[in-house]
Amino acid sequence: MMQWAWFIPVFPLISFILILLIGNRIKEKSAYLAILLSFLSVILSFFVLLERAEKTTYQVETIWFSIGNIDITAGYSITALNSLIILIVSLISFLVHIYSMGYMKGHQRFSTFYGYLGLFTFSMLALVMTTNLLQLYVFWELVGLGSFLLIGFYFEKEAAKKAAKKAFIMTRIGDVGLFIAMILLFWQVESFRYEDIFQAVESGSISSGLVTAIAILIFIGAMGKSGQFPLHTWLPDAMEGPTPVSALIHAATMVAAGVYLVASLYPVFLASEVALMVVAIIGGFTAIFAASIALVQKDIKRILAYSTVSQLGYMMLGLGAFGYVAAIFHLTTHAFFKALLFLAAGSVIHAVGTQNIENMGGLKEKMRFTMILFLIGALSLSGVPLFSGFFSKEAILIATLESGHGVLLSLALITTFLTSFYMFRLFFLVFSGNMRGETKAVHESPKNMVWPMAILAVLSILVGYIDRPFSFNEWLLMDIHFNQHHSDHAIWIMILSIVLSLFGIALAYMMYHPNGMMKRDWLSLQVPFFYNILVNKYYVDEFYEKTVIKVTKMSGIVLHWFDRFIIEGVMNGVASFTQFIGRQGAKLQNGQTQMYSTIAFFGLAIFMIIYAVIGGGW
Amino acid sequence: MTTPLSAYLTLALILFCIGLYGALTKRNTVIVLICIELMLNAANINFVAFSKYGLIPSIHGQVFSLFTITIAAAEAAVGLAILIAIYQNRKSVHIDDYQSMKH
Repeated sequence: MMQWAWFIPVFPLISFILILLIGNRIKEKSAYLAILLSFLSVILSFFVLLERAEKTTYQVETIWFSIGNIDITAGYSITALNSLIILIVSLISFLVHIYSMGYMKGHQRFSTFYGYLGLFTFSMLALVMTTNLLQLYVFWELVGLGSFLLIGFYFEKEAAKKAAKKAFIMTRIGDVGLFIAMILLFWQVESFRYEDIFQAVESGSISSGLVTAIAILIFIGAMGKSGQFPLHTWLPDAMEGPTPVSALIHAATMVAAGVYLVASLYPVFLASEVALMVVAIIGGFTAIFAASIALVQKDIKRILAYSTVSQLGYMMLGLGAFGYVAAIFHLTTHAFFKALLFLAAGSVIHAVGTQNIENMGGLKEKMRFTMILFLIGALSLSGVPLFSGFFSKEAILIATLESGHGVLLSLALITTFLTSFYMFRLFFLVFSGNMRGETKAVHESPKNMVWPMAILAVLSILVGYIDRPFSFNEWLLMDIHFNQHHSDHAIWIMILSIVLSLFGIALAYMMYHPNGMMKRDWLSLQVPFFYNILVNKYYVDEFYEKTVIKVTKMSGIVLHWFDRFIIEGVMNGVASFTQFIGRQGAKLQNGQTQMYSTIAFFGLAIFMIIYAVIGGGW
Repeated sequence: MTTPLSAYLTLALILFCIGLYGALTKRNTVIVLICIELMLNAANINFVAFSKYGLIPSIHGQVFSLFTITIAAAEAAVGLAILIAIYQNRKSVHIDDYQSMKH
């Protein structure tokens, strides 16, 4: 079955191409086409995963082109990591396809939306299956393109256009880091293939300073796509796109591409302690930074967006702390519960018509299903026991503990508290109490929106137990060799994190539930300065506006001046010189006999001089 | 005291140059025609000089100069006829006015 694995990205590609060609004619039916092809992808990836669970890595490569005597190959491979992520991506894409039938119903560019979904899914699946960095970079950029198209889908809105540009440019900045790392690796190893790179790194043929630099540059690429500080500001703005897009791209797949990059190039990171430290520190910092911003946001999708940034920070922290399995585990569980949360949020937005949670409330009666499913997602995210988020978060905390990062561990624990707090603040404000906004007819969402959420909810609970029946740990680590610190699981960490989560939920209940005893703004009134900083997202966007953007605009003006006056000046100079010569030549033909006679005479004189100089005869 | 050959040739040369200068520079078409006649006469002087002082003195040079005088006369007649025709068309003998061949 694994030899057909290359079909998995091809199905969405076919979906994209077909919809591109005939989408305008079949309009609403393009959804069925896309869903069918997406379903085929899911089935195939499921079987590939089952097969990979038993056999070893499967790889196919062909020669793409040659430079001198170096061959650049292209191909795909099915490793343990790949097969898992392929299933996650195709499954969530499939569920989003079904959901969008309800959410995007009646939109004018309905079929275009499905085309873009197909393009994006294709790029993501192909990205995950590659064997070498060059191919990865191609699909990396394609994923960025798909994201740009989808974020800017409502292009009539100015904000959506700006958000799409911002996302693309910001991830591009990260991509420069990745590109430089690629160049350095190629220079040292003379190949882009993963095996060659791993061999070179492990055998120590690259100097350690260079390995650190390469690893950090790769991480910069991952930072761009996964929205780590300081390249995180595009993610909240990307919420201008339709909610299914947020669920697919910014919860489950594209943002996971950064984590995937670090994980699949893990041997490079393992060779450099400094790089792992950098990854862990930035991950940990981002986690608490984003969580603190999410505490005070009023837009339901933005809270979830900052939550994604924060959880990705957790994953990076896990990777940096040698918790490879923990991070991938968290990636898996996060994909499911975050996609669920976004879809549920979309369901709410679809029903209520606004994204501002200040104008919601009391949806508990009218949207029972959505409420229950949202609750499951929220509990999972908060790390409440029995739900999958608990197990994966535990794993990361334990890995951080074992690698001795004390400060980061305390940051991670505080973030756990903040996570459950902001999540349940959101839950109580949206679902409990009385409706604060305009009470139009609010009703539960259609079945094609509820069923995908239900499936995700089931997965959000079950995926946590994956370690028991299948020894997830060993299976995932089959391709990577490093010393895992395996000490006894410190029970106190588990208990502490449970206590923190529950405390967060309780505090949110007391502050935001109508039955709660505390006033909502008791803390924000005490420290208004701090509150303002949080609401304004630490003014990071404003800072960028004043520094980076200003510098870029200045240099843009300088270059524009240079282009207009110097380069065009030269061009105009050449043109006018030619015209000058032409005009001088035109003077020779003024229609006057005497001028022509003069020319004839001079011509004769020249002939005679040549005749005399040559010495007669030619 | 006999004048050397080179003197005659120099005279012819000077006359020719004056004629050439006038043909190329004068603004009045009649003067241009006169200068062309001057160039032809300069050539005639050359013929006659070579007929007496040339390498093989003979009468051929002088005979030929008779021919050139005749031809010069015919050509002057034609030139003046053209000039009169153009003058009747354009009412001017100023040579700068004859520039319809300009691009």
